[in-house]
Amino acid sequence: MANKRIDEATNIETVGHEWDGIEELNNPLPRWWLWSYYASVVFAIGYCIAYPAWPLIEKGTEGVLGWTSRGALAEEMLQEEERKAPILAAISSVPIEQLPQDNAQMRAAIDGGRAAFKVNCVQCHGAGAAGSKGYPNLNDDVWLWGGDLKAIEYSLIHGIRQPGHDETRIGMMPAFGRDGILTGAQISDTADHVLSLSGKGEKNAAGAQLFAENCAICHGAEGKGLRQFGAPNLADAISLYGNSRQQVTNQIHAPSHGVMPAWGERLDPVTIRMLAVYVHSLGGGEDFMENAPEDESVLAAEPDEQP
Amino acid sequence: MPQRTKASWRLSLMNSPDPVGAGVPDEFYEKRTSVHPKRIDGRYRRIKWAAMLITLAIYYITPWIRWDRGPHVTNQAVLVDFAHRRFYMFGIEIWPHEFYFVAGMLIMAGFGLFLVTSAVGRAWCGYSCPQTVWTDLFQHVDRFVDGDRNARMRLDAAPWTGSKIARRLFKWTIYLVISFWTGGAWIMYFSDAPTLVRDFWSGQAAPIAYGTIAVLTLTTFTFGGIIREQVCIYMCPWPRIQTALMDENSLQVTYKDWRGEPRGSVKKAKKNPADFGDCVDCNQCVAVCPTGWDIRKGPDISCITCALCIDACDRVMADVGRPRGLISYATLDDCKAEQAGGAPRPAWKALTRPRIVVYFAAWSAIGLALLFALGTRSHTDISAASDRNPPFMLMSDGSIRNAFTVKLRNMQSSPRTMRVKMQGLPGGAMWTDEMDRKSATRAIESLVPADETKALRIYVMAPPDTSSQDFALVATAQDREGEQDRTEQRFNGPDNSR
Repeated sequence: MANKRIDEATNIETVGHEWDGIEELNNPLPRWWLWSYYASVVFAIGYCIAYPAWPLIEKGTEGVLGWTSRGALAEEMLQEEERKAPILAAISSVPIEQLPQDNAQMRAAIDGGRAAFKVNCVQCHGAGAAGSKGYPNLNDDVWLWGGDLKAIEYSLIHGIRQPGHDETRIGMMPAFGRDGILTGAQISDTADHVLSLSGKGEKNAAGAQLFAENCAICHGAEGKGLRQFGAPNLADAISLYGNSRQQVTNQIHAPSHGVMPAWGERLDPVTIRMLAVYVHSLGGGEDFMENAPEDESVLAAEPDEQP
Repeated sequence: MPQRTKASWRLSLMNSPDPVGAGVPDEFYEKRTSVHPKRIDGRYRRIKWAAMLITLAIYYITPWIRWDRGPHVTNQAVLVDFAHRRFYMFGIEIWPHEFYFVAGMLIMAGFGLFLVTSAVGRAWCGYSCPQTVWTDLFQHVDRFVDGDRNARMRLDAAPWTGSKIARRLFKWTIYLVISFWTGGAWIMYFSDAPTLVRDFWSGQAAPIAYGTIAVLTLTTFTFGGIIREQVCIYMCPWPRIQTALMDENSLQVTYKDWRGEPRGSVKKAKKNPADFGDCVDCNQCVAVCPTGWDIRKGPDISCITCALCIDACDRVMADVGRPRGLISYATLDDCKAEQAGGAPRPAWKALTRPRIVVYFAAWSAIGLALLFALGTRSHTDISAASDRNPPFMLMSDGSIRNAFTVKLRNMQSSPRTMRVKMQGLPGGAMWTDEMDRKSATRAIESLVPADETKALRIYVMAPPDTSSQDFALVATAQDREGEQDRTEQRFNGPDNSR
């Protein structure tokens, strides 16, 4: 390997290595290069003193500056909190039904809601909010308990069938089969009628009769549902628990009921509000005007009562 | 420069009975020898002056040129706007999706370097490399403050008296001002120059602006004022790459040793004209060299081919009445021919060989293609991304809804209304998330701000049992030109098997 020789053209010794006939001359290195090497050694020592560097048995050296990556993250998060504070305050400051009047505020609320949804809601409703069997799809225009901003916010705060919560949305359908209210044949007839409501089956006169007697009180005579009890519309194209004959029969025999936590106990009000706005924005949100006339009449009535 | 050590070492080599053992350098590290180039005038010095003036003028003045683009867009002629992801160059504005223009220009720069290097060797190093230009500038400052070569060498060797300290402080202050201005000019390319200057001096500019100026001031001072030719010799990869790009037909600064050697003074040559060549060993070629190289040793990484030694030698040859061109731009092949007795070939002939022509053709072809693309590009663009989760939505009345994020791009410097129209999908209608479903329609108009991309959330609804099918969204600018762009999209329904 060490095939050192004197190069003829320059009279300088080679380092003794050869690659395909290419050799390297053993020229001296410039001294400033050496100094830059020492400078980087000094820098490295300084760095080891200033910053966390050496792993020890329990934990590493901490560095005299006290810098940690967790600390840096916490500081950034704090700055972000400070940046968001006025935006969140503005979102909380107006009644939810008035939020859409300010487009920028609405957009901020949608963004905040989208983030909160990813953390809290996707487990049941799915990342695209498309739901699955038993878990409502939030993109469509079907709402069991109401689809305007106020109704969605209420559902979020108080939950659906949340045990031990007085104001929770609640509605229970009797187990017509399991509890012996209807016989198997009657349930079969009723199922036929229910399917015919959305055009998926033949009409069944006996079923219609049974529906009027047992179901219409909640689902309405035409099966359009009643939001007060969360009774679904049976005449539309969407069925939460499936629309095959077997699935409808099962649901009459021993119904499944969905439960959603009362998020008011877990999340702060402004996060819930942003979630409501986000869900409302997914494409099926209803106008919040529905309850407005009522509210206005209340407001209008008040001054009259004051003498 | 290494030659002193090399020389002493060569001496020891000659005296030693065992050359191999004597070839080991007596020092592993070598102190830099200061270079004090002498003032010279001549053809190549003038080219160098011109190159320096032009490149420095471009560098310092460009950010201050204004270019009217209307009220909505910056009026700075050349601006790299990272914050808004735009690159402005006079009438050209490059968006991030048009980065291929920048890629194309980089390829052109690559071919340009091949072209220049294979034709005229290290001309880049000699005339227009920033390291060369700034070193040249700083060496002129040296000459201005301390006088020419001999005065500077005397001052260097002199003890540190009050006047020497004063001179050095004065010189370093000038260095510092130039360095600071160099850093200052750089940041102007990335922000509106007048605003940035105001913000800078009132302390309101971004910390990165101050940091960049500090770093560039330091590097300019160090590279241009202190280490100079050491950058070319030890740090820069480009001389190494260039040695691979050059061949025996590339022009380089050449000492015609067969004509010059053996060298000897005019006096000696007068006595025995037959024993001496044309070189009078006046050392002027070394004295003027900005990197301190002796061209008579042959080409080297130290030689940046600035050709100042040609100017110096031609003067001396004229003075002593010998033919000029003892040092000249020549190719290795020409040298061989000349050595064999042929007439010197004019340098320009080296530029007409096939390799140069091919490089030039490739370089121009890319340039023309870029210009063509630039001239024919559209300023209106629509793109759409359909929601994948969920791919489609069944509504309560059985109709099917798809959601799209549509982006309308307005690449003009004024706001334009764009009309987005559906083509295909019978019975379909669409609305945005800012509209009511009831007002769904087949054409939506939206005002897109100047020089911006606007995102629209669009819901497309089709009647129940619509099968999956392709349809198109067509954007038409509602102005006189009426530029158009379309995007083919898939409408997904429950039957979709994809």
